[in-house]
Amino acid sequence: MPAARAPLAERETLLQMSHVEKTFRGDIVALKDMNLQVNDGDFISLLGPSGCGKSTALRLISGLMTPTSGNIRWTGGQGNGDLGVVFQEPTLMPWARVVDNVYLPFRLRGTPYSEVKDDVLEALKLVGLEKFQRSFPRELSGGMKMRVAIARAMVTKPRLILMDEPFAALDEITRHKLNNDLLALREAIGCTVIFVTHSVFESVFLSDRIVVMAARPGRVIRELTVDAPYPRDEEFRTSADYAGFCRQASDALHQAIGEAA
Amino acid sequence: MSVTDTTTSASAPTEDAEEAARYRRDRRMKVARWMLPSLVLVVTVLAWHLYVTLWEVPHYILPGPVLVAQSLIEDWGLLYPALLITGRLTLLALLFAVIGGVTLAVAFTQSKWAEMSFFPYAVILQVTPVVAIAPLLQIYVENAFVAALLCAWIVAFFPILSNTTIGLKSTDHNLEDLFTIYGATRWQRLRYLAAPSALPYFLGGLKIAGGLALIGAVVAEFVIGRAGTGLGLASTLLEASYRFNFGRLYAALIMISCMGVVIFAVMSLISYLALFRWHESALKRE
Ligand SMILES: Nc1ncnc2c1ncn2[C@@H]1O[C@H](COP(=O)(O)OP(=O)(O)OP(=O)(O)O)[C@@H](O)[C@H]1O
Ligand SMILES: [Mg+2]
Repeated sequence: MPAARAPLAERETLLQMSHVEKTFRGDIVALKDMNLQVNDGDFISLLGPSGCGKSTALRLISGLMTPTSGNIRWTGGQGNGDLGVVFQEPTLMPWARVVDNVYLPFRLRGTPYSEVKDDVLEALKLVGLEKFQRSFPRELSGGMKMRVAIARAMVTKPRLILMDEPFAALDEITRHKLNNDLLALREAIGCTVIFVTHSVFESVFLSDRIVVMAARPGRVIRELTVDAPYPRDEEFRTSADYAGFCRQASDALHQAIGEAA
Repeated sequence: MSVTDTTTSASAPTEDAEEAARYRRDRRMKVARWMLPSLVLVVTVLAWHLYVTLWEVPHYILPGPVLVAQSLIEDWGLLYPALLITGRLTLLALLFAVIGGVTLAVAFTQSKWAEMSFFPYAVILQVTPVVAIAPLLQIYVENAFVAALLCAWIVAFFPILSNTTIGLKSTDHNLEDLFTIYGATRWQRLRYLAAPSALPYFLGGLKIAGGLALIGAVVAEFVIGRAGTGLGLASTLLEASYRFNFGRLYAALIMISCMGVVIFAVMSLISYLALFRWHESALKRE
């Protein structure tokens, strides 16, 4: 296991969003004056109602879009392998076997399979799918597909992983399981995560920072710290601390919805 | 209160009644799929034979199956080379249709300008009836085989072009984004994303094009072969009709139609082999 994460206040800055705005078609303000400092080792949840610009924020960070104004700076510059992404859908290539799907980021970098075979297999092992490497996505359940997507996002050991409601389409039980596994994975590879969700419970269980957003215009209205140690397990899920954090986050979210209405 | 034990005892059969019934039904269906059409064929040929003999239908109106079979055997020396020519014509037309259609589709998806400039003309070429073009080709192209090939190609290439173009454009948007994030090159995008996405569409187009190539070849032979150049099966068929040799006419007709069936079967097989592992269209419902 890597060395313990630095306390929140002492972490190095990885990424800084300053006064970022995004406007569509000249009048839809998807994101207004967003300031967010992402530190190395953070698990940040973006929590907010539909349409508050969470996906837009992720697309801006990933470079799929450029901000209308403001800027996003990576400290130390962004390299080719610094980012992993997981979407709401597993987004696997149906024609490729599981192992080829996970190999994709390397393939697009031009790295031959023989050089990264061990990394690919290790990633599959970490998500518990080493037995399914020769399967096609069609043969897997929804939860297993999502695990493949997660393996693909972390196979290059990126500095930052972006996840846009990855578990929203899964049932409650699978979702809990994947939440636990995601935290275990993060302990194993020690990456920074920005995680978009609608669920108060999920955000509290997973993150050490929760950014609560409101819609019309999309903006950040509160930031909470979940000051509970990792590793977190089912015990944390039933603790009084957890309930307290959930209430805080829920209040903030209601405020967000109230302000928008 | 008691709890009912729902686990089956060791002596229970491994298959329940419903499963067994389904298994029997599946077996019956499998046999029926071959038996029924065969039966229909036998009955039809028999009825045809009886009709021709009992009503003494003259052979220049409807030759009986015996006469057709006779022609098939006696004229084999004539029909077989004709079959080879028509077969070669059809397959070459299909091959060039695949090369031309796929190349053009890739060009269209790589460059919006190319698509805007040339797509309308591809459509015009497609909607102009090939029967109207064939006589022109015969004038401008000296070699009758090449003229016929061009004719069949024109008919076959459009479904490949349009299907492949749609397929290349039907990539998953999230996968597109993923490729962008990982800095994929244009070539990687085409090779690893667009091409596999287009494969099912292309194969659908290929199935249609296979049938159309044969139709194009037949039309070409009718129009171009008429000049006495004596191309393939369709020319033979036409010639036989002039000579009131109805046995040979029917024999040629049956061979053409068998060729169409074989082409369709081969295309379906190719499509199945390429897709059965991953594509929904090739998925058997459990
Ligand atoms: N490409 C686009 N063109 C026009 N408007 C857009 C575009 N993308 C997003 N929007 C608008 O921007 C706003 C924010 O969208 P975004 O997808 O970021 O919200 P979200 O918080 O991810 O919502 P959800 O929880 O439903 O996914 C919405 O009002 C949306 O309609
Ligand atoms: Mg969204």
